[in-house]
Amino acid sequence: MTAISLLEIKDLTVTYRSSDSDGDIPAVRGIDLRIDPGQTLGVAGESGCGKSTIVAAVLRLLPKTAAVTGQILLDGENVLEMGWGRLRAARWAEASIIFQGAMHSLNPVQRVGKQIAEPILVHEQMSEADAYARVGELLEQVGLPASRAYNYPHQFSGGQKQRLMIAMALACRPKVILADEPTTALDVMVQAQVLGLMSELVRELGVGLILISHDLSVLSRTCQRVAVMYAGKFVEQGPSDLVFGSASHPYTEALSAAFPTIGDRAFRYAPRGLGGDPPHPQELPSGCPFHPRCPVVQPECPTASLELWPSGPGQSAACVLVRDRDRDRDRDRDRYRVSR
Amino acid sequence: MATRLHEVTPGVESTPGVTPAPTPPAPVRRRFATGAATVIIRRVLGAIVSLFAVLVFNFFLFRVLPGDPARKLARNRHMSAEQVVELRRSMGLDRPLGDQFFTYLNRLLLHGDLGPAFSKGKMPVAEYIGDRIWPTVLLVGSSTILSIVFGLWIGIKGAWQRGSTFDRLSNATSLTLYSMPIFWLGIVFLMVMAGNQMGLGLFPTGGMHDVTPPEGWFANALDVLHHLFLPCLTLTLAYLAEFSLVMRSSLLDEMGQDYLTTARAKGLRDLNVRRRHAVPNALLPTTTLIFLHLGFIISGALTVEIVYSWPGLGLASLEALEFPDFNLLQGIFLLFAVSTIVFNLVGDLLLGVLDPRVREA
Amino acid sequence: MSAEAAAPVQRSGRSIVWTRRRRAFARNWKQFRRDREGLIGLILLAFFAFLALAGPWLVDPESTAVITAPGRPFEPPSSQFWLGTDEFGRPILDLLIEGARVSLMVGLIATVFSMVIGTVVGIGAGHFGGWTDTVLMRISDWLLVLPFLPLAIVLLVILQNSSWLGISPVSAIAIVVGVTSWPATARLIRAQTLAVKSRPYLDRARALGAGHWHLMSRHILPNVMPLVLANTTLTVAAAVLAETTLSFLGLGDPLRHSWGTTLDGAFGSGAISIGAWWYLIPPGIAIVLVVLAFTWVGHALETVLNPRLQGR
Repeated sequence: MTAISLLEIKDLTVTYRSSDSDGDIPAVRGIDLRIDPGQTLGVAGESGCGKSTIVAAVLRLLPKTAAVTGQILLDGENVLEMGWGRLRAARWAEASIIFQGAMHSLNPVQRVGKQIAEPILVHEQMSEADAYARVGELLEQVGLPASRAYNYPHQFSGGQKQRLMIAMALACRPKVILADEPTTALDVMVQAQVLGLMSELVRELGVGLILISHDLSVLSRTCQRVAVMYAGKFVEQGPSDLVFGSASHPYTEALSAAFPTIGDRAFRYAPRGLGGDPPHPQELPSGCPFHPRCPVVQPECPTASLELWPSGPGQSAACVLVRDRDRDRDRDRDRYRVSR
Repeated sequence: MATRLHEVTPGVESTPGVTPAPTPPAPVRRRFATGAATVIIRRVLGAIVSLFAVLVFNFFLFRVLPGDPARKLARNRHMSAEQVVELRRSMGLDRPLGDQFFTYLNRLLLHGDLGPAFSKGKMPVAEYIGDRIWPTVLLVGSSTILSIVFGLWIGIKGAWQRGSTFDRLSNATSLTLYSMPIFWLGIVFLMVMAGNQMGLGLFPTGGMHDVTPPEGWFANALDVLHHLFLPCLTLTLAYLAEFSLVMRSSLLDEMGQDYLTTARAKGLRDLNVRRRHAVPNALLPTTTLIFLHLGFIISGALTVEIVYSWPGLGLASLEALEFPDFNLLQGIFLLFAVSTIVFNLVGDLLLGVLDPRVREA
Repeated sequence: MSAEAAAPVQRSGRSIVWTRRRRAFARNWKQFRRDREGLIGLILLAFFAFLALAGPWLVDPESTAVITAPGRPFEPPSSQFWLGTDEFGRPILDLLIEGARVSLMVGLIATVFSMVIGTVVGIGAGHFGGWTDTVLMRISDWLLVLPFLPLAIVLLVILQNSSWLGISPVSAIAIVVGVTSWPATARLIRAQTLAVKSRPYLDRARALGAGHWHLMSRHILPNVMPLVLANTTLTVAAAVLAETTLSFLGLGDPLRHSWGTTLDGAFGSGAISIGAWWYLIPPGIAIVLVVLAFTWVGHALETVLNPRLQGR
């Protein structure tokens, strides 16, 4: 791994301040992540666990009511301490976002070519003609004819709009791309195309891609590593095949199990979902937030203080069972060592 | 409904043996023409129906209520019985209703004849209105332009800086202006700023020209402007309240949209996010709404003219009212109703031109 | 849906409905209280209502009659006449108190007309749909487009000159204002009716054999009423302004002193050139206060009943 990663987040917390009597809402409660060129990292989790908040936080796009602490190091520089001008320069040029819901993320009364050219004209000293030439290149890169730069967003299908968002995200050649549920509203075939396109671009351009989704199949297909989020914290992370194939955290296991295997008769008759709902951010359970729904809950879970303990090669999970397994293994090893 | 190539009726300029070429796939341009054209035609037809309904309404207005229209007209003029009969005949009241209606339509649509204005020595109503309309156009036109310019600006700034002092202050002012009778504001200004016992004497107390108008075109224009200032100020403030509230509301609606987050993420300055993305979208419903408010604009202008003795249609209405000159009143009503309908149509169509989603559907 | 504790009490369907309504009212009131302007508006309205109702006792009828006017013309405010006198020597304060009654009454009556017509048309159009809807809405849109003042003037002049009909000028104004302002209400209520129509309990009622009248009066109307209430308040504000304008034009009743006729008298008697500000300013202030009060209360009601508007 290179010394300075493209994007490194340290102990990020985001709390939405509220003047309600209900109090503040902790959306993200301390996460770390890191991404290097050419890597793909997925963030999985159910709705409301805070995934999209991370994306918005990276470029400081959260509303004023959000209190953000921690460090977000973009190419070594802390975004949270950047001056306004530096921040605007960094936006899109160093990290760009593919937003959820391309339907509404494009200005409906502006031609798409102009929207894609806009960041280019803001960040780079290019003539308009050159900028529009680049727009044409970008469109071709995502599989759309360059002449369609002249059209308006409503003249594109859902999948095409998503491609537009990808083209726009690439406009200033960023080093990191954050994709927030880029395929949610698309049907499966289009989804496959869009994901394939993204993987190809990552390979060709060497960008770092962070992909947010609640759809595990999307993440397992596209991402090398994945982190599972629950109630504002990562509960497991590691190589995607290991995390989904042999999960260390009970939540991850429940998530993977809940996803149907097509053709698996047994699953149809006995779907294995997880009961209950994710906890409300203002009513988080003590200790491990998952303990009320956990199928293997231990007596110490409501009071345990958690961190990500290693559970396999490159894999770690925040579960007391993992910690104990780890400790047992260490203890056994020590015992053998002593006894020799 | 264009006929397709192979449906050309035989015998009408068709060359036997010519195979029609396959229709090319419709490019985006062609779709624009048919979609928008249908909408335009439908709206124009709707406006025509409305206009016709107004004409019918106008016609029946004082024929439908019991009482003899001729006698009503004659009331203030002390006519003899024969003269009343003659009047009835000239008004066509002795003929069947259907006849009367067609005569009315004929006179109105083909000759622009709105009847004689009995309070103005039987001058044709149309002519009298033509004389008095320009001062009103000047006053309403200038006030509307000013109030749109300032109203939009205030509304945009207020919405973008929602909750700021500017916003709260402009909102409170707009609401207060909205809650007062416009003519009363005019009276207040007159008292405070115009020449009289307690005022500042900065402006004339009424009319459009000085009693002895100055020589020369330029001096005359300045004189008119001097007289125009206060009524224009009054109307501008009144309309401004309305427009700024509308603009503010539209922009607030836009501000929650996702594409603004995209714009910010692209590194745009806040000002440009507002100017290039939020405002153009917010202007669409605002434009339509502004045109819809024309009825309100006209009503306001009428009373302000009265307060300032501005020699336009407002004052003419008051004079007609006191007489009462039915023909003149109806003529004025017709004029305002027609212009409102026409402006509404323009507003509707304008949206179709401005909004690409409608234009290139 | 909270379970009644311990011993289940036998409650009739009606009492359950009323408990729910009381609770909803308490909840809404609590929310309404938060709106500072709404509260101020409510207090102002209470004040003016008091003036209107207590008017006959507060004001000596002789002081507002031209012949028996107590003061000299155009007296400025003094300890005897707090707001001075008009061109006939009548105390402005008394005229204003009477004006409260007349202006508010005309405003309310006009609103009643407007709301009744608007509600009937709105629910009818929304409920029946099809041709009824199209025709009603076309008429409503047409009326909405016509400029208010010219239309009102023409209608009033005709009504006044059909004096055999026996409509007093004040009633005429109320009728004309009501008849010209129902379209906006009708549109609103139609939209709400359509929203209500999509709810399943209407289908169930119909399956149980409910006729149109029952559906409209028992199901649609109660759900539309809150919106009607909020809209009514705002309509009264507009109606008061309209009455003022029409009276100012001389179409009001010279024998009944509304704030509009007072202003008409002020303007016509040359109070401006004399500088009799006490004649010209107070009626306007009174109007502004009343209209603001109704508007604030109306906005507060809208916010309470439509949570999406909160935070505007």
